[in-house]
Amino acid sequence: MEKEQFVTIEGKRVPIEGEKNLLELIRKAHFNIVTFCYHPELAAYGACRLCLVEVEGMGIVASCTVPPKDGMKVRVNSDEIRKLRRINLELLLSSGNHDCTLCSKSNNCKLQKLAKDLDVTEIRFKSKKLDSHKDATSPALVRDHSKCILCGNCVRICNEVQGIGAIDFAFRGFRSKIATAFNKELGQSHECVSCGQCARVCPTGALMPNSSEIEEVFKAINNPAKKVAVHIAPAVRVGLGEIFGLPQGQNVDGKIAAALRMLGFDYVYDTAFAADLTILEEATEFLERFKKGTNLPQFTSCCPAWVNYVEKFAPEFIPNLSTARSPMQMMGPVLKADFEERGGKREDLVVVAVMPCSAKKSEAKRGEFYVDGNPDTDYVVTTVGLARMIKEAGIDFVNLENEWFDMPFGTKTGAGVIFGASGGVMEAALRYAVAELDPGNARSVKFTSLREPKVFKEKTVTIGDVKIRTAVVSGLKNARKLLDDIKAGKDHYDFIEVMSCQGGCVAGAGQPQFDGWTPRKVRAEGLYQEDTELAYKSQDNSGVTALYGRILDKIGGPVAHKLLHTHYKSKKFRVGEDKVK
Amino acid sequence: MSNKTIEQIAKEYNAAYKKITGRVVICGGTGCIAGGSLKIYEAFQKEMEKRKIGFCLQITKDCHENYLSMSGCRGFCAQGPLVSVGDVFYTKVKEEDVPEIVEKTLLKGEVIDRLLYHNPANNQKAKTVAEIPFYSKQERILLHDCGRINPEDINEYIAHGGYAQAKRAYTQMTDEEVCKEMIASGLRGRGGGGFPTGKKWDLTRIEPGPKKYVICNADEGDPGAFMDRSVMEGNPNAVLEGMMIAARAIGADEGYVYVRMEYPLAIARIRKAIEQAEKLGLLGKDIFGSGKDFKINVMEGAGAFVCGEETALIASVEGKRGMPKIKPPFPSQCGLFGKPTVINNVETLATVPKVLEMGSEKFRKIGTLGSPGTKTFAVTGHIANTGLVEVPMGTTLRQVIDDVAGGTTNDDGTVNKEAFKAAQIGGPSGGCLTREHLDLPLDFDSLKSAGAMVGSGGLVVMNDKTCMVNVARFFLEFTQRESCGKCVPCREGTEQMLTMLNDIVEGRATLKTLENLEDLAKAVQKSSLCALGKTAPNPVLSTLKHFKDEYLAHVVEKRCPAGVCKALARFEIVADKCKGCGMCKRACPVQAISGTVGKPHQIDPKKCIKCGGCKATCKFGAVIVGA
Amino acid sequence: MTDNFTPVANILKEYEYDPSKLIPILQKVQDVYRYLPEDVMRYIADELEISPAKVFGVATFFAHFAITPKGKHIIKVCNGTACHVKGSSFLINTVKDKLKLKEGQDTTEDMLFTLECVSCLGACGLAPVMVIDDVVHGQVTPAKAVELLDAVIKQEAQYVK
Repeated sequence: MEKEQFVTIEGKRVPIEGEKNLLELIRKAHFNIVTFCYHPELAAYGACRLCLVEVEGMGIVASCTVPPKDGMKVRVNSDEIRKLRRINLELLLSSGNHDCTLCSKSNNCKLQKLAKDLDVTEIRFKSKKLDSHKDATSPALVRDHSKCILCGNCVRICNEVQGIGAIDFAFRGFRSKIATAFNKELGQSHECVSCGQCARVCPTGALMPNSSEIEEVFKAINNPAKKVAVHIAPAVRVGLGEIFGLPQGQNVDGKIAAALRMLGFDYVYDTAFAADLTILEEATEFLERFKKGTNLPQFTSCCPAWVNYVEKFAPEFIPNLSTARSPMQMMGPVLKADFEERGGKREDLVVVAVMPCSAKKSEAKRGEFYVDGNPDTDYVVTTVGLARMIKEAGIDFVNLENEWFDMPFGTKTGAGVIFGASGGVMEAALRYAVAELDPGNARSVKFTSLREPKVFKEKTVTIGDVKIRTAVVSGLKNARKLLDDIKAGKDHYDFIEVMSCQGGCVAGAGQPQFDGWTPRKVRAEGLYQEDTELAYKSQDNSGVTALYGRILDKIGGPVAHKLLHTHYKSKKFRVGEDKVK
Repeated sequence: MSNKTIEQIAKEYNAAYKKITGRVVICGGTGCIAGGSLKIYEAFQKEMEKRKIGFCLQITKDCHENYLSMSGCRGFCAQGPLVSVGDVFYTKVKEEDVPEIVEKTLLKGEVIDRLLYHNPANNQKAKTVAEIPFYSKQERILLHDCGRINPEDINEYIAHGGYAQAKRAYTQMTDEEVCKEMIASGLRGRGGGGFPTGKKWDLTRIEPGPKKYVICNADEGDPGAFMDRSVMEGNPNAVLEGMMIAARAIGADEGYVYVRMEYPLAIARIRKAIEQAEKLGLLGKDIFGSGKDFKINVMEGAGAFVCGEETALIASVEGKRGMPKIKPPFPSQCGLFGKPTVINNVETLATVPKVLEMGSEKFRKIGTLGSPGTKTFAVTGHIANTGLVEVPMGTTLRQVIDDVAGGTTNDDGTVNKEAFKAAQIGGPSGGCLTREHLDLPLDFDSLKSAGAMVGSGGLVVMNDKTCMVNVARFFLEFTQRESCGKCVPCREGTEQMLTMLNDIVEGRATLKTLENLEDLAKAVQKSSLCALGKTAPNPVLSTLKHFKDEYLAHVVEKRCPAGVCKALARFEIVADKCKGCGMCKRACPVQAISGTVGKPHQIDPKKCIKCGGCKATCKFGAVIVGA
Repeated sequence: MTDNFTPVANILKEYEYDPSKLIPILQKVQDVYRYLPEDVMRYIADELEISPAKVFGVATFFAHFAITPKGKHIIKVCNGTACHVKGSSFLINTVKDKLKLKEGQDTTEDMLFTLECVSCLGACGLAPVMVIDDVVHGQVTPAKAVELLDAVIKQEAQYVK
């Protein structure tokens, strides 16, 4: 047996257990050094210099880049290191606008945390780059360069994980900034798909989901001429609690329902209802394509950033996208049609969606989702945005009694709830398909492989002599690879679920910030727990069945098509092809 | 591809060369070209055609009578353009001098006194290079052929023994033997850090192949350094041969020369040398019948000093922003395109063939124990002989400045050894040496212990009219502008340091500023990611150490003792000295000077942009800078 | 907008659409257009299959790339050490003043001149050095600089007539 290897950190012996770098080992030893550019999901970058430590014989090194070796002696709090850490922090604070009281990221900002931890009360250096220019041109995200510390996390996640490169470093030295191509506003970017993963890894308030709609929501609530309906996505219920100090991943749907009523919403619904509806339409569409053998593999279309991706970067796969709308975009028209059926006017019902996502904000603004100038979804608020509303209203969230969602759009099955985790949509669709093809053995298939915390998963379901080959992929770079393999004829699938955020909606940009896989897993577990308490498959949602009887007629029929399906078009932007002779 | 061996090429060249009766070499270094040497080259051709004198521009078997060629930089830039006719060495030659040179020197062997170098030390004229202390006090090993041979003719390089060492490495030595010989020689990298070259090669050699790269770092960006440029312009084939030997040692089949694009002539000469070497089969497939291939690409830098840092250089060869990467992994393990890569600078690589030729034992005898060999320095600033010098490692600063480069000068150019104040060595990454260091041996270790570094070898001599705070500010402004912006201490720290230095030179600083400046400088030095940031504070720290009094004068008395810092300066005309000649009035670009002819003039401080033009023009020293 | 991309297409072909050759490609393209027009950079990105933000990042990192058009005459003032010691900053101020260039501006409004302060040109023996349209002028005093610029301005004025 090999001898155990140790590193001595501030006199404490810490065993090396496969850590990639010294910083991880230091954190394992419970020295929680705050850093900005080190992110466990991204390549080490070595730029913020806050993880500097003293290693005997090596001098001062950046611990994020040094592989741990047996016998190393490490100081993390020597006088020298404390001095350097403070100066580097002061340098960051001197550059840009870091007025915490006027920043939405306050309390959740790493720069602020470190300044507090080090009790910085004075900055020795002159203030620079104070000009704050907010780029709020994208409905999904807001950028503020004056808060940017150039850690590059956003650039790396956009490149390494999403494979897009919508933003990159531009210019040089002190003039460096994170820029889109040609330094355009984000709203003019031909590449950004609004996934918001950049905001998820931003340590400061430089990149955040656009929260401008919150004000409009409050106004609508306070407008006596309007009725306001709200629905919350599955991932929201397992994300919100931690903002109020509740355990991560705890399902707080009951408290949310109560809080939403206290905020003054007229109707409080569950997006999971519409998720069941999505399954009925999408899985039916799949079974038809599967029988005919056309436009396979079918891709799910409920992730708006993925839809943006296909339109911008892989339009040749548009025929493969399911035409079924996302749950959010099914809920809107259904609520408005129902409102009209009951004698209301479409524009008098304001539909608010609470989503774990930034791309949902841009999805709601798509032209296809407007009827005579009135949107199917009026406003989209993120999980974090909802927390802000709850706080502003002074609601004591933690001590609220659980309440139920309103009927009929509060009914749901477990299949609808698990939409929030990567693999959940596919599992829900297969639950539906298996029951349709083999009604006697509806619960016979186990979906363990689809629930693993992995970015690529496969599941082949065999029903008699029918074999359905499915895959689940999350993260757009992984999706790109799959598309390339399909094009090259290397992979063959019938049905593929794609989520642009690794781990699915629980890891969306609208959720409380986190890093690493544990939070994803814990949040997903919260959803799978609720699943066990609900009906198994979407067919069993009585509210949905009733809705078909009342308004939608039959699955995949003309009314359903009008309200529940959409179309896509290529948005690939190319220049110059006509300019080459 | 030629099927001649290098031995045959040398033999044929020497046979043809013997038929030459006269040789004219015109310096074609950047400095001399700027001074008009291309026109001189053309004038020689016209003149000889006019007189129907036989001449050739390249040695072929049909040559007879005269051989006219350009050479690379001869290093004596201050005296350019340089022309030699046989042994006779002319300085400051003008186009108009050509007919006379042809008439008298080339045809009759007469010496034109006026064009000879005047040695101010003994007030004598020097007829040949050997009589000029600038050359005679040097030990030119690396630069031996620069300025002698035609850099655009590979055959002449071969005739001088060129490519023989590459051939030996490829045909008679194993890769390990080459590395061993280099380790034994003790050669250290001439690009800055001084890492042992042989060790670097050996580390790369043991990495698994098959794909490995050799990169020649010719991104010489230090302001005031032009050693690498001169070698590439003067003897490009030596660089290529060094790269071939390195490739042999590590097992590389592809190489890059990364040259900054400010060096168009060097780029052209390197490209030409590669083309000729490929034609002769020295580069390409199956070199010297060894079965090994080697191909060299040229990449032009696009204007980023930080690309002199090896990982940043690699990034830009890969088509990325030139931002340094964290080490480890080192390029020897994971370099260009992720493959094991050796990066050496021009001077190091060009020295390699010489090391093999001499043998490690003999090479070690030059220079010092810890720093064997010679080092070239680009000597600039307030110095009599601006130019390029090569001396054994361990030569003292005084020997270089006074003996070789002719001594420190006053602002008006007159030699005044006593005027020496400081020398900045190693460019913006280096430190300053003062009078107390005049007898310091210049080698890696002595300089390091003095808080400076060899760096790439820039040596800026400054006289007593120099403001050291301003010098520190100049270098810092340079590194600040060239910071890539990746790591916090360098990006933000150099900016803040520059702000503080500006406050100092513009009279806004307090003693607290000085304290903060020193703290910050040390922090930037210790915590930056790459060598650029780690060394950027050196000029500040070393001037703070040696010239604290000057900083204090700026801060406390709001006075620039040297009268250089503009914000603290006021240009004035001393009425007693002013003859009213009006020169300054004409020189002033903003009409700030008024006065009538014959009467003392005045400067309007409101209009004055402090360009210093009046002071430079005044022959009577009437314009002074008031503190 | 640029009307003809054929030269770019040819350059890309010469470099075999190799994205690692981005820098030499941009250098050659800039030789054609005298700067890097936005649509040309986007075209290059598409053809090399890299993100346009990356091309923009590279183009703005290196000092020799210009993303805005340069003036007709390029004036380079060397600010290498030797030139600095011999007063090149005075020279820069004079040229800026003469051409009425504001802080941060390097091309004149009439697009006639672009001033570039460059690092060492290697002609240290001639310090301070100023280069006008690739012609090197040595030992330039502020007065001589104004003289040289006036000559160009005069020549341009005649050209207009």
